[in-house]
Amino acid sequence: MATQTKFDTQDKHRFLLNMGPQHPATHGVLRVVLEMDGEYTMGIDPILGYGHRMQEKMGESKVWPGFYPNTGRMDYVGAMPFNHGYVALIERMAGVTVPERAEYIRVITSELNRISSHLLGIGAYVLDLGAFTPILYAFDDREDILDALEDITGSRLTYCYYRAGGVSKDIDDTFIRRTRAFIENFRTRIPMYNDLVTNNIIFIKRTKDVGIITADMARRYGATGPVLRGSGIAYDIRKSEPYSVYSQFDFDIPTGENGDSLDRYNVRIHEMEQSLRIIEQALDKLPDGPVYEKPKKVKLQPGDCSFSVETARGALTYYLVGDGSETPYKLKIRVPSFSNLSLLREMCEGMLIADLVSAMGSLDLVIPEIDR
Amino acid sequence: MEQIIKFIQTYSLLRMLLAFCCLIGIIFANAIVMGYLERKIAARIQRRWGPMEVGLQGWLQMILDGVKILSKQLIVPKDANRFLFRLAPLLCFTPVAMVFVALPISRSLYGINLNIGLIYIIAMGSINVFSILIAGWSSNNKYSLFGAMRSVAQNIAYEVPILLSLLAVVLTTSTFDLQEIVKAQSGPIWFVLYPNLFVAFVIYLIAGCAETNRAPFDLPEAESELTAGYHTEYSGFAFGLFAIAEYGNLFIMASIATIMFLGGWNGPFGFLSGPVMGAIWFLSKVFILMLTMMWVRWTYPRVRFDQLMNLAWKYLIPFSLVNLLITALVVKII
Repeated sequence: MATQTKFDTQDKHRFLLNMGPQHPATHGVLRVVLEMDGEYTMGIDPILGYGHRMQEKMGESKVWPGFYPNTGRMDYVGAMPFNHGYVALIERMAGVTVPERAEYIRVITSELNRISSHLLGIGAYVLDLGAFTPILYAFDDREDILDALEDITGSRLTYCYYRAGGVSKDIDDTFIRRTRAFIENFRTRIPMYNDLVTNNIIFIKRTKDVGIITADMARRYGATGPVLRGSGIAYDIRKSEPYSVYSQFDFDIPTGENGDSLDRYNVRIHEMEQSLRIIEQALDKLPDGPVYEKPKKVKLQPGDCSFSVETARGALTYYLVGDGSETPYKLKIRVPSFSNLSLLREMCEGMLIADLVSAMGSLDLVIPEIDR
Repeated sequence: MEQIIKFIQTYSLLRMLLAFCCLIGIIFANAIVMGYLERKIAARIQRRWGPMEVGLQGWLQMILDGVKILSKQLIVPKDANRFLFRLAPLLCFTPVAMVFVALPISRSLYGINLNIGLIYIIAMGSINVFSILIAGWSSNNKYSLFGAMRSVAQNIAYEVPILLSLLAVVLTTSTFDLQEIVKAQSGPIWFVLYPNLFVAFVIYLIAGCAETNRAPFDLPEAESELTAGYHTEYSGFAFGLFAIAEYGNLFIMASIATIMFLGGWNGPFGFLSGPVMGAIWFLSKVFILMLTMMWVRWTYPRVRFDQLMNLAWKYLIPFSLVNLLITALVVKII
């Protein structure tokens, strides 16, 4: 790939620095070309496409159930909501009803997945700031979730668990017991994270007032998820257009004040607490009944339809155009990280490279989701 | 046998050479032990096992890693300055060995006793900066250059508080001779128990962490920003030399703290400070200090570069200057 950037290097004091595609701070295969003046980044140019797998085209070239496994492979850290968006879209389009127990199971597993994604996100973020230990603590907790989910879904990361019309397998008592034990354990772990990371003076110095995103700026770029909520806008699809059974649960939307990296980090910590609340309520209310009603052969009607869900990183929208066959005519996936990444240039221009790493880490990007 | 010992004692140059050879062995052994301890302690802090496969509790792991590193090719990048690129690791390692010669490990266990031992050690320790600068510059890699630039700025900034805090001890003892400084602490009270010298000790520890590029001040090799900093391009044993020198510098840093503030080879209340027990006291103090620094390293995030500079110029240097003034007054009055 040719190095085509918008920078002219006429100024002899400035030079180009390639950050990525193999750089520890870009978490995957993002390449950021930086125009540097000493340690200051004067120009930022993210270059995408190193992880491109034509997911949308794949969706358009096979029958709709064939796309199930792909949904889990875009955001490999928080795959459940990606499953959810696709099956819910098909359900909306074909008018498939879902048993209530399945909806509850979807909420439980999605929220568990959200916690595991946030744990990885904040762990990797603190690793970016140079502390190696918190990520392993986060992995320790995340392991409980992955083990529990592995038992019922069969995979640890790239889940393919939801089906149009329910979920593929019912949860059992072991899963419920494990989840309850995890909730109890994790409630005691959050104060530990706060002691170790959140209240650490160096951590606060590295994140406070770094990478400020104003509410206006976040709106302009279409940022969603913790990035948007960190800027003080309480927008969450689970509340604003409740899907599944989210309207039956009592939970808050944590928001930040300044829109800096620390706020985004705090939003994630508080979101994990809220997810625990949701899971607890869902486990208490969990109804009996079937979990999967196999729909009759679904043909995608001519016309279009879209469905949005809240993933761990923000709003995910599937948009599908059908042409009467079983294969989608057009499938468009709007992923949250793409919009969040586009903030990078305006947010980070003129920053120290260390702050750039801090600000970029706080966006919690998953690159295969951007490239998809 | 006695004649040989007498011969060696008479000819100090020979003694120094012998010590030099032994000390190179000690430096390598130190790197192996410290590397192993670091990995084990980091693992325990992080709720892992650490190396477990080779030998009991994986104690052979570092030796195997050393063999692996020896068998690797040293790749010199294209457009790198070949001569300087190869020189830098040697220049990094040699001063460490030279400093070890002058460290009084016990009453009679030392390579050479200089009446300006402290100045000698500080001067030799400063050569390290050259090697990092040369390594960073000659590898023709922007990340390496960043690491080198940071390292030079950092080392220059933190050398000042180190010198000022050590000067407080020198004022108290009015000698640069390390043996004399240790002997001055042979009573029940080590220098760290004096209030003014305790401040100097704390300043020295903070600045020493920065001087040896340990977290939270490990900016020259900040992994998430600069991949590996100045030794990004190094492979094979050249990289190994950097790693060994890093542990050597850590040992030196802790040794100076022990000699200047913690009574060197003196036991508590002058208890059992003979040649052999003295060495044991000395090494245990040094290792406790080093383990403390590892604990810090595996707990804290990294500071930012301007914060690092502010810490040195705005806090540590003024504090150590004031502290030096107070020490001078105390010495004058008492």
